[in-house]
Amino acid sequence: MRKLFRVYLEKPELAGIALLVLLTVIFEIRSDGVFLSAENLRGMLGLLPEVGLVSIGVTVLMICGEFDLSVGSMFALMPVSVALMTNQGIPFIPAMLLGLAIAAAVGFANGFITLTFNIPSFITTLGMLFIVRSLTVVITGGFPPLLSGDLPIGVFTQFVGPGGMIRTSFIWFVVLAVIAGAMLGSTNFGNWIRATGGLFDAAAAMGVPVWRVKMICFVMCSMLAGFGGTIQVFRLGAPLPSIGDGLELQAVAAAVIGGTALTGGVGTVLGAVVGALLIRVIDNGLVLSQVDANWFKCAVGALTIFAVVANSWLRWTARRIKVEG
Amino acid sequence: MVTPFISVRNLHKWYSSVHALKGVNLNVFPGEVCGLVGDNGAGKSTLIKILSGVHRPDRGEIWMGGRQVKITSPKAAMKLGIETIYQDNSVVPTMSIARNMFLGREPLRFAISGLGLLNHQHMRDEAMQAIGDVDLHVRSPDALLSELSGGQRQGVAIARAMHFKSRVLILDEPTNHLSVKETAKVLGFVRSLPAQGVTGILISHNLHHVFESCDRIVAMARGEIVFDKPVGETNVDEVSDAL
Repeated sequence: MRKLFRVYLEKPELAGIALLVLLTVIFEIRSDGVFLSAENLRGMLGLLPEVGLVSIGVTVLMICGEFDLSVGSMFALMPVSVALMTNQGIPFIPAMLLGLAIAAAVGFANGFITLTFNIPSFITTLGMLFIVRSLTVVITGGFPPLLSGDLPIGVFTQFVGPGGMIRTSFIWFVVLAVIAGAMLGSTNFGNWIRATGGLFDAAAAMGVPVWRVKMICFVMCSMLAGFGGTIQVFRLGAPLPSIGDGLELQAVAAAVIGGTALTGGVGTVLGAVVGALLIRVIDNGLVLSQVDANWFKCAVGALTIFAVVANSWLRWTARRIKVEG
Repeated sequence: MVTPFISVRNLHKWYSSVHALKGVNLNVFPGEVCGLVGDNGAGKSTLIKILSGVHRPDRGEIWMGGRQVKITSPKAAMKLGIETIYQDNSVVPTMSIARNMFLGREPLRFAISGLGLLNHQHMRDEAMQAIGDVDLHVRSPDALLSELSGGQRQGVAIARAMHFKSRVLILDEPTNHLSVKETAKVLGFVRSLPAQGVTGILISHNLHHVFESCDRIVAMARGEIVFDKPVGETNVDEVSDAL
């Protein structure tokens, strides 16, 4: 038991993984085996990358001690910009790169304003949430632009693999998650992110370039959000200026369910993936269990509160054992 | 006359309209432990933050071993062999001992322009070695700092400073949150610095601690040095009066 608590302190995503297993079993039984069927998994894994990418960015930024509420708006701005640019005759790849550059610019603005004026990123990015959403609607003139049919969007959405089990978006997601996880866990830059969020003054006093570390996390978070939104638009085929509304809070919920601490310094990329997956599992599992789909938000909300309570209780208990042992 | 190891000359620092340091002159000689005392706001912390590269002076010079140096960042201070231990924020509580030990100076297996893959095994081995060297015992290099007691945390910070071969060790109120036993251990360590070839600067509120472990006492008040004598030639009352 004591050992288990000790492992938990070093791996905060464990509670999320346990919940994931538990819910999977429950939904599998309640849905008479439909939940884990190939067809259902195919649908679920097709949706996961979109919110999953946003969650990874938000998680890494939260570990660094900052917050981004503008990801939901960025989720719409990048795909809408890409659609408009390709309609103007800009080739696909430059349009994608420009879209990513716009996302990077928004992330840079978030970071620059937050750090220069030393204000909470919660406020900066709350403002940016409105600004970016408004810009998105303004540049479309209120009507979703057409997504040209001859774009190579299959690179992001096509079904591939044995029996067309997974979408290419899932491969992008896995690759980016592995890169982000390796960055956070196995590089000196990851060490700096964790230290900057864990105890800012200590990191600065040890010569960690805290300003640059935070800026890079802001930019990465924004780019991942834009990319996630672009994948969703390519899947749906319609660049709606309203997509991603409320997504920022889902991404924060995913991060928190995955064991990320709001206070910074604690969390993992695997936790972000588990959190995003849990939200998808609940969404899908409720439908398959023939529960009114309007319970979805209620379930996610309850899970978020439960996860944080469970995490702080586990942390407290683990520490108490430490002191006694 | 021995060349001072660190020589601070006419150092000034303003925080907007507050004149925190008003022309401070201080010599610290090789192999001595210098105790720096003074009330809150006397300028002690400002002085050591300048020496450790966290703040930059507005005017004045810093010399080390007869050469003028510019301490423009914490990294620059560390390169000069100046390591600093703060009362409560030297280490990151949410990180492991091994990661704290090498924070900002991680051993890498390969790197592109300073960024690269950590050498975990090397970090863990060296961390255990360094901690053993300062006579501290911990379960594992993967233990988080938040699992340790205040004294053990300071022990990790001290082990880190010693591991990186500090030539000057600045301790800013290192015993503030410690138990009596742990305080004695840290002070004992401070006393042993000269024997290890390290020059020390101990900042403390507690005059008894300073008398116990330092060779010289320097007192600051209102941004100036108001008292400077070897421990043997003064006593607690005289220093108290000066403050």
